[in-house]
Amino acid sequence: MSGRHPSRPWGWPRRLVHLGLILAALVFLMLFLVLPLATVFVEAFRQGVSPYVASIQQPEALSAIRLTLLVAVIAVPLNVVFGVAAAWAMARFDFPGKALLGAFIDLPFSVSPVISGLVYVLLFGAQGWFGPWLDAHGVKIIFAVPGLVLATIFITLPFVARELIPLMQSQGSEEEEAARVLGASGWQMFFRVTLPNIRWGLLYGVLLCNARAMGEFGAVSVVSGHIRGLTTTMPLEVEMRYNEYDYVGAFAVASLLALLALLTLGIKTLLEWRYGDELAHAPGGH
Amino acid sequence: MRRRVLPGFGISLGYALAYLGLIVLLPLAALAWKASGIGVRELLHLLSTPRTLAALRLSLGGALLAALVNVAAGLLVGWVLVRYRFPGRRLFDALVDLPFALPTAVAGIALTTLYAPNGWLGGWLAPMGIQVAYTPLGAFVAMVFVGFPFVVRTLQPVLASLERDVEEAAESLGARRWQTFFRVILPMLAPPLLTGFALALARAVGEYGSVIFIAGNIPMRSEIVPLLIVQKLEQFDYAGAAALGVVMLLLSFALLVAVALLQRWSRRWAEHAA
Amino acid sequence: MKTFFPALVAAAGLLLAGVAPAKDITLLNVSYDPTRELYRQVNGAFAAQWKAQHGDSVTIQMSHGGSGKQARSVVDGLSADVVTLALAYDIDAIADHGLLAKDWQKRLPSNASPYTSTIVFLVRKGNPKDIKDWPDLVRPGIQVVTPNPKSSGGARWNFLAAWGYALKQPGGNDDKARAFVRELYGHVPVLDTGARGATNTFVQRGIGDVLIAWENEALLARQELGKDKFEIVVPSLTILAEPPVAVVDANADKHGTRAVAEAYLQFLYSPQGQEIAAKNYYRPRSPEVAARYAGQFPATHTFTIDEVFGDWRQVQAKFFNDGAIFDQLGAGN
Repeated sequence: MSGRHPSRPWGWPRRLVHLGLILAALVFLMLFLVLPLATVFVEAFRQGVSPYVASIQQPEALSAIRLTLLVAVIAVPLNVVFGVAAAWAMARFDFPGKALLGAFIDLPFSVSPVISGLVYVLLFGAQGWFGPWLDAHGVKIIFAVPGLVLATIFITLPFVARELIPLMQSQGSEEEEAARVLGASGWQMFFRVTLPNIRWGLLYGVLLCNARAMGEFGAVSVVSGHIRGLTTTMPLEVEMRYNEYDYVGAFAVASLLALLALLTLGIKTLLEWRYGDELAHAPGGH
Repeated sequence: MRRRVLPGFGISLGYALAYLGLIVLLPLAALAWKASGIGVRELLHLLSTPRTLAALRLSLGGALLAALVNVAAGLLVGWVLVRYRFPGRRLFDALVDLPFALPTAVAGIALTTLYAPNGWLGGWLAPMGIQVAYTPLGAFVAMVFVGFPFVVRTLQPVLASLERDVEEAAESLGARRWQTFFRVILPMLAPPLLTGFALALARAVGEYGSVIFIAGNIPMRSEIVPLLIVQKLEQFDYAGAAALGVVMLLLSFALLVAVALLQRWSRRWAEHAA
Repeated sequence: MKTFFPALVAAAGLLLAGVAPAKDITLLNVSYDPTRELYRQVNGAFAAQWKAQHGDSVTIQMSHGGSGKQARSVVDGLSADVVTLALAYDIDAIADHGLLAKDWQKRLPSNASPYTSTIVFLVRKGNPKDIKDWPDLVRPGIQVVTPNPKSSGGARWNFLAAWGYALKQPGGNDDKARAFVRELYGHVPVLDTGARGATNTFVQRGIGDVLIAWENEALLARQELGKDKFEIVVPSLTILAEPPVAVVDANADKHGTRAVAEAYLQFLYSPQGQEIAAKNYYRPRSPEVAARYAGQFPATHTFTIDEVFGDWRQVQAKFFNDGAIFDQLGAGN
């Protein structure tokens, strides 16, 4: 790449500039990304492998893992259905207010997580709009699993839609129109043409959505109630252990989340590498 | 007419709107309603207390600085990742998204451990008189971390599609390399840089999880607005918390609209150029 | 711990399906941060006792967090059967929303505080800065770690201990107390939101020369994190911290758990409960148990909230409400 232009007499040798730039970028990446990541694992294994394993096998940790998975298993599919529906409407049709709808879909990305939790307390808390009614009917939302799920859905709502909208826009609708003309029903067209076309983008969106769903802290913290073993997700368990002087335990759970993050990045990179052409690079979404 | 050929407009839009309404708009309406519990005068009073002003200054100022740093760092990293080939490039490219994937609480305790005076980096900085953890600088570091991927990711596709011919033409016409960079390349990169800047800014302004671990949280000094909201909430000041929430929400929304406009502008600009 | 699993499964089912669990009794104790170790032991002992006496198995679920935040959660619908918080004001706030009787503090002995603590200083080994009493905290160059009294119940006791000390010095008055406290908070480099965060900052991060802490928290931190690293300094005059407990009437009645909930709180006053409190570094109310643990708790001169400040509502209005004295200190800094 670099050899095409001989260095000019008044400039630094081109290679040196390249090397300098590469080095600077790598130093930044090491300081800001690699080092924090390494810290998590170093601290988790500070006292060796067996305390690490023991602290992950505690019932609180296991229940936090189970709850985190449960929340993600509910929240992610719901956002997938929404994402596909929103992308279909936005990429295939023109209607007034489309730009506004797009902005609203993006909104959860820039709402402070604390606010995302707060709004559900204002709605469903005992002092909130629906609080008294819910209480009278024995339905618990805040400080229970439904509240955690709702806050997580809010936070992760845009991921799938943001991934699919530009992808479907760039793919165009010719194939789908052809399928219709040839007599396919709406669902046949969707499952045989649309879905296969967007599957990798969809997977990509699901991946990012899932990573955020399992890792959300601020919003979940506001609606959780912090009942140990019951409404405590993994990130909350990390904070709780940290506050109990159980640093190995805190970093042990944190390391599981970090592993999840690494796994997410791994699959994501694989997808991009393998199916890069089929993925729209939608900036800003994630 | 497209609409006649393709089915599902009503159901998909209806579902999307209903879902969005229930999950996002209704709760935000509750927020606005609660915030309206305090009048305009009280809101102005709340916003003009020294503590709120200091928190706003840190949240906005810190986020602004962090976004600027991210523009510079993102330009550097994006440029290096797109333009040069070196061992480990793909690995580093994948790592750029780490702040998206790493839970903020994990990032918070990791950064705090690193930058505390007895941490790996903190111990090294302390003799130079630089304290990061438990100062506003700590909040800034966390903000840089969470916002970092935005600029790189908005920049990369544009950088990749930049025609080398333009640069080569400029250089063959006798432009110096830095002239080429500043007069030819940078203007083309301006739209994605601005978009990335706005997204990083929006993210950093609202960031909570990682900042509260590292910032020290001293009122007037290292306290961010989201923390102020949480504290108002804990003092049963729902209206005050909601009012601050609405102010932040409006800020975020304004940033998003700006991003949308920027993207439209850059698309038009690209079409125009093409 | 063994009861956690079935309880978890049952409770998860309850949450998802809205069905009540069959026979097990479940209590939710919403508490503040530093009581985790205490209630872990209390819960085990109480469950064993209740099982022996009544045959039912009781599972006590715990929620821990900053005292004010926990009170807010209960008001917002966290259905606590009992609350065991850091200060009476937080339970008053719950009472204000009608969840329990306003005279809750009279329903149990000793101001409804089965155990007490006091405010002490934790310093680094060998007391290198030679800190002996309150005035030493405001010497030039001393860094003091204490949490934010607006968000941490525990920290309000710290604030009031300092204020009370200054007030009770010869010639002391509100102006002098204000000046002392303002100076004191000027020496604080990190104002964590909760007591545990402050301890972490001091102990784990190595920030500051002295941590103002509850005695139980200081003893525990020393125990957990190295006796050879920290020392405890008892100031000449300090406050008697009375963390109160109460049954949340509305929730206990709805869950039908009032009998167990009341027995649970009574258990804290029993010899066994007092013993557990003492083991967890809280000062027991029972003179017999206190005598046995005398070596652990040095004699102190203390004053109470009632003696110096009236009651918690007055304290809150005067010092900690928005725009009150604590905020004015911040604005002046």
